[in-house]
Amino acid sequence: MTSPELNLSVRQLPDHIAIIDIEGEVTGFAEDALTDAYGRASAGQAIILNFSGLEYMNSSGIGLLVTMLIRAQRRKQPLLACGLSDHYLQIFELTRLDEAIGIHSTEAEAIAAARAVAKAPAR
Amino acid sequence: MDETEQSMKTPRDAGSWAGPVDRLRVTETPSGAINLNVEGRQVVGPLQGFGALWQKTYRLALTGASVTPAQVVALWKAKLPELMPGDSRFYPSLTGVTPGEVILINASFPGVPGTISTGVMILYADDVSFSVMTPEGHPESGFNTFSAAEEGGVTVAQIQSLARANDPIFEFGFRFMGGSAQQERIWRHVLARLAAEFGVTAEVEMRKTCVDSRLQWRQAKNIWHNAMIRSTLDQPRRTARRLRGG
Repeated sequence: MTSPELNLSVRQLPDHIAIIDIEGEVTGFAEDALTDAYGRASAGQAIILNFSGLEYMNSSGIGLLVTMLIRAQRRKQPLLACGLSDHYLQIFELTRLDEAIGIHSTEAEAIAAARAVAKAPAR
Repeated sequence: MDETEQSMKTPRDAGSWAGPVDRLRVTETPSGAINLNVEGRQVVGPLQGFGALWQKTYRLALTGASVTPAQVVALWKAKLPELMPGDSRFYPSLTGVTPGEVILINASFPGVPGTISTGVMILYADDVSFSVMTPEGHPESGFNTFSAAEEGGVTVAQIQSLARANDPIFEFGFRFMGGSAQQERIWRHVLARLAAEFGVTAEVEMRKTCVDSRLQWRQAKNIWHNAMIRSTLDQPRRTARRLRGG
């Protein structure tokens, strides 16, 4: 399935951190695009999802984020989020995604947290 | 757009999601329903359960029916209790399938005498889909999404679950007691009944993927809320009450 209303771009930062910028609509139609973006970002030790450009998300979209989170957990990659509006932050809390994804207000805070996680000794 | 503007802008999905929920509240008990194991429970998603995480997708093409996805979902919402099989009864509130409402469920589980009382919360609802999220103690921990979409000129009805067994007892039941097969039979039944409403008889396609095969042992404590155990323990009280005419 394709999602013409969704634009995903991947930025690679130093320290093996990747940022996926999410712009547009996250629905069930975003499956292929999200899978592709995760594949391009997954070389990083930590992945940050920047939701500043998120305009719409339904429950199928939340399901796709759960699936991405599980993939990241399997690879022991921390998954972080930033740029969530109050509305989408509430949805993350409602669906209890906030218990597994580190949520930060700004991209700078998320990057700092990702670097701290990446530097932490493995347990 | 700065962060303040971003927070203040109301997205068009805002009315489709349930509001903040700390603990579930059952505002009314529909006639005939047993209201147990829902009041005061927290909702739980695919991350909070115990068993392997499965995504199961059931699809039925309404070939030959001149009906839009919105019409299909409108009927689905209106007739949800009637579409369920007799061993899995849904009791929506009078408000119906609207975000934040609770649907009580009285169902059987293979190998278990009596009825399991639980429920689900309407997590999301729009014109072409609605999703439910389970409470603590429900056999599953996760989401079920009921939707319709047009594909190549044909309206396709779909049920997709993303869930794992809530605790070790339910995981055993799904794996070894026929729980998984029963669940698949229920959703096939619902889609077939829905199609029949539009005069369509067709096969249900089913695809299942194990998203995460690991057991989450830290969630084994979920057994405390197990709706099967609590429903069984409550049975004598309900029987005594019925005998007293209460």
